[in-house]
Amino acid sequence: MTPVHGANPLRDAADRRLPRIAGPSGLVIFGVTGDLSRKKLMPAVYDLANRGLLPPGFSLIGFARREWEDEDFAQEVHDAVKEHARTPFREEVWQQLVQGMRFVQGNFDDDDAFERLKSTMQELDKAQGTGGNFAFYLSVPPKFFPQVVQQLKKHGLADAPEGSWRRAVIEKPFGHDLESAKELNAIVHEVFAPDQVFRIDHYLGKETVQNILALRFANTLFEPIWNRSYVDHVQITMAEDIGIGGRAGYYDGIGAARDVIQNHLLQLMALTAMEEPASFDADALVAEKAKVLGAVRLPKELGEHTVRGQYAAGWQGGEKAVGYLQEDGIDPKSKTDTYAAIKLGVDNRRWAGVPFYLRTGKRLGRRVTEIAVVFQRAPHSPFDHTATEELGQNAIVIRVQPDEGITVRFGSKVPGTSMEIRDVSMDFAYGESFTESSPEAYERLILDVLLGDSNLFPRTEEVELSWNILDPIEKYWDKHGKPAQYPAGTWGPAEADEMLARDGRSWRRP
Amino acid sequence: MKIDLTDTTSSKINKALVQGRRSIGTPAVGMVLTLVIVTDEENAYDALKAANEASREHPSRTLVVIKRVSRSPRDRTTSRLDAEVRVGVEAGTGETVILRLYGEVINHAQSVVLPLLLPDAPVVAWWPVNAPLDPAKDPLGALAQRRVTDTYAAEQPNDELEARAGAYTPGDTDLSWTRITPWRSMLAAALDQVTCKVNSVEVEGEEFNPSCELLAMWLAGRLDVPVKRSVSSGPGLTAVRMQTDCGAIVLDRPDGSLATLSIEGQPDRAVALKRRETSELIAEELRRLDPDDTYAAALKFGVDRLGDRATATGGQEPAADTAAPATAPAPAKKAAAKKAPAKSAAKKSASKAAAK
Repeated sequence: MTPVHGANPLRDAADRRLPRIAGPSGLVIFGVTGDLSRKKLMPAVYDLANRGLLPPGFSLIGFARREWEDEDFAQEVHDAVKEHARTPFREEVWQQLVQGMRFVQGNFDDDDAFERLKSTMQELDKAQGTGGNFAFYLSVPPKFFPQVVQQLKKHGLADAPEGSWRRAVIEKPFGHDLESAKELNAIVHEVFAPDQVFRIDHYLGKETVQNILALRFANTLFEPIWNRSYVDHVQITMAEDIGIGGRAGYYDGIGAARDVIQNHLLQLMALTAMEEPASFDADALVAEKAKVLGAVRLPKELGEHTVRGQYAAGWQGGEKAVGYLQEDGIDPKSKTDTYAAIKLGVDNRRWAGVPFYLRTGKRLGRRVTEIAVVFQRAPHSPFDHTATEELGQNAIVIRVQPDEGITVRFGSKVPGTSMEIRDVSMDFAYGESFTESSPEAYERLILDVLLGDSNLFPRTEEVELSWNILDPIEKYWDKHGKPAQYPAGTWGPAEADEMLARDGRSWRRP
Repeated sequence: MKIDLTDTTSSKINKALVQGRRSIGTPAVGMVLTLVIVTDEENAYDALKAANEASREHPSRTLVVIKRVSRSPRDRTTSRLDAEVRVGVEAGTGETVILRLYGEVINHAQSVVLPLLLPDAPVVAWWPVNAPLDPAKDPLGALAQRRVTDTYAAEQPNDELEARAGAYTPGDTDLSWTRITPWRSMLAAALDQVTCKVNSVEVEGEEFNPSCELLAMWLAGRLDVPVKRSVSSGPGLTAVRMQTDCGAIVLDRPDGSLATLSIEGQPDRAVALKRRETSELIAEELRRLDPDDTYAAALKFGVDRLGDRATATGGQEPAADTAAPATAPAPAKKAAAKKAPAKSAAKKSASKAAAK
C-alpha cells in the first residue's frame, strides 16, 4: 500500500499535465461546526475534489458536540459547499465525496467518542480504502489543543500503522508568547513527530505570497536592487475594515500584534528579506527564513518606534461603527491593541540600516494587505527642483489581497511643453482571483498536508523566533502607557504617523 | 466596448485597440499571450466563448480569424478585411478582435495577424475544426509556438491521428489529448497504490473518439504491454481495465460523470470524472506552453499497433460483460459504420459539445 512513485510507469517528470494527487487518505476535523470549517475547510475540500486532486475514496470525518447523524453532517457540508465553494456545484463530485463522510458526536473529554472515532477510521479504511492515512485538523480554540492531542494519543489515534501516516494540522494562535508557544509545541510534539505537524498560516497559501519568491529569485530585474544600496525602507501592511465582530472572547487580551504581526506579517517580512534558498524544498526555505528572523533587531527606544491603538467610534465606509471599548463583551478598561505598528531592522549585510515598518489594524480605511518596497531617491537629478517636486520615491508594491498583483511606481514626464515629472503606476494583476482556476489558500494548504509537503507551513523554530521578536514589545506595552485612540475608518492613530515622521518618512496610503 | 471596422487594415485595427483601451480607462496591458483562433463562421461563436472564459485564467488578446466563403468569381478576386474590436466586459479579461477575411486575403491571413500579435508574448494557434494536416507549416501555425488542434472534430479521427504523428512538430497538441488528463491522472494515482506489474490493458470507449486511441497509446507506450481498444456506445471513454500480477484494476465510467475505481483487494471507490467544457480544456492547454513530450510519445506510438478494434467487439470475455451492444458483434459493427457519416457531420457543427 505504500505509494512507490519511482516505480509507477505512468508517472513521468516530463508529463506535467498530471496534477499532484494526494494518496489514499482522510481528514478528521475537530470543531467542524465552527465558522472556519464551514466557510473555508469544507468548501476547500469540495473544490479540491472538483479539480480532481483528491484521491478516490477520500474521507471526511467531522467531530463536534452537536447531535448529528452522518446525514445531518453531509447536509451541513452540502450547504456550506453550495454557499462558499469557488467551483460550481457538480452532483458527481458530491457523490464521490459523500460516500466517505462520517460524523462522530462527542466532547473532547469523552473517551467513548474517541473510541467511536477510532472505529469510524477503521471502518473507513475498509469501506473507502483510506489506508490508515489521516490528518487531524484542530479547528478548535487553543485551550482545547492539549486535551484533544492527549486524547488522540491515549486512544492510539496518533500512532500511524506501518506504512501510513498521521498528521496534525493546527491553526493560529500558536501560543500568546514565547513561553506558551514552547509549551504548546511540547504538547503537540510529544504526540506527533515535528515533521508531521502542519501549522496553518493561510497567507502562505496565497498565490501572491508564493509569487514573492518567483519575483525575487526567477528574475534578474529585481534582485540586484533588493538591498540597502537601493532600498530606502519596506512597509508591510495588513489592514481590515471590520471590527472584532463576534470574536470578543478570543480577541480581547490577544490584540492585533499577537494576532497578525507575530505570524502573517513576520512571515511576509521573512519572505521579502530572506536570501536565496539553495533549493525550493521545505528545509532550505525554513533555513533562510529562520536566518533572517534571527537577524531581526528591535529598536532601542521601543516607545518611539512602536505604536499601538484602539479604534474609537467613527464612520467606516459610510457606516457608523462603535469603538472597540464599546463592543459587546469588551471590558471598557481594556488595553488590548486593535492597531499595532512597529519598526524592525535586519542585522545583515543586505539590510543593515533599512527599516521594516510593519502595521496592522482593524477598522482601518479599507481591507488591504501589501508589501511595499520603497526605493531611495535618485542620488543626482539633472532636472531642476521644480521639475521633480511632485516626484515621490520609486516603489514595488506586492498586493497580497484583495486584487492580487504587483504595482511598480516610477516617475514619468507629464505631457506638455514644460519638463515636469510625476509618479505613475504600472500594474500587473493576476487573472481574476475568483475564477475557478485560482485555488483558495486553504485548498493549496490542505492538499499539501495530504501530500506531506511542508514548504508553505511555518516550522517550530520560526514560530519561536517570531515570539522572540514580539515579546519585548508586548512587555513594554504592558508596562507603559495605553493604546492611542483612532477614529474608525481612518488609517490609524496620529502617533503612528509621528513615528514615521521622526525618521523623515511617511506611511503609504495603501 | 465594441468598435466595428469595415474594409480595414491591421494598422487601423491596432489604432482601434489603443482607442478602446483608452476609452475604458485601462491603458496598461497585462495580457500574457495572444490566442489565434482559426475557424469558420459556424464555429466562431462557441470557440470565442470558450476562449473568453479561459481568458479569466490567462488574460490574452484573442484574434479570431474567420475565412469567409466567396460566392462568385468576382468576389474571389477582390479582397476585404472586416474587423470587430472588443475590449472591456465583452472580451473577458483581455481584448478580442474578430477578423473576417474575404477573397484573396484569405490566403494571406498571416499578414493580417502578424501586426496584431502582442510584443514578446507567446502565441497560441487553435483550430476548433478543419485544422491543417501540418499545423507547423501552416502560415498561421508558423507564427505560433503552440498549435492546438482537435482530432475529435475530424471525419476520420484515426487517419488524422496518423497524419498528426507523421507531421508532429514540438508545440503541436490536440484537445483530444487534453480531454484525457483526468483519466490519466486517476490511472496514475491507482498505480501509485499498488506495486504490481501490469500485464495487459483494455481501453473501452465510443467509436470515432480519438481520445480512446490516445489513452490506449499512452498506456501502451508507458507500460510496454499489449493494449486492446474496444468499442462501447459511450459517452466518450467508458472503461480502462488493467490486468496486473495482483488482480484487476478497473476504472469504469458508464455515464460520463461518476466513475468507479476497483482495485482487487480494496474497496470500490467512487471517482468524479466529468466530461469537461471546451473552455476548461483551453485553459489547461494554455497553462503550459512548452512542447508536450508525453503527447508526442503517445502519438508516435501509432494507432496501428493497438489491439484490433474490430475483433475487440467480438464478444471476448472482458469486453462483453459491460458493453451491452457489443454482445452482438456483427450488427453492432454495421450500425456503427452506418452511423459514422451522420455522426461525424453532426459532430462538426456541434463541436461546442465536444467535451469529453
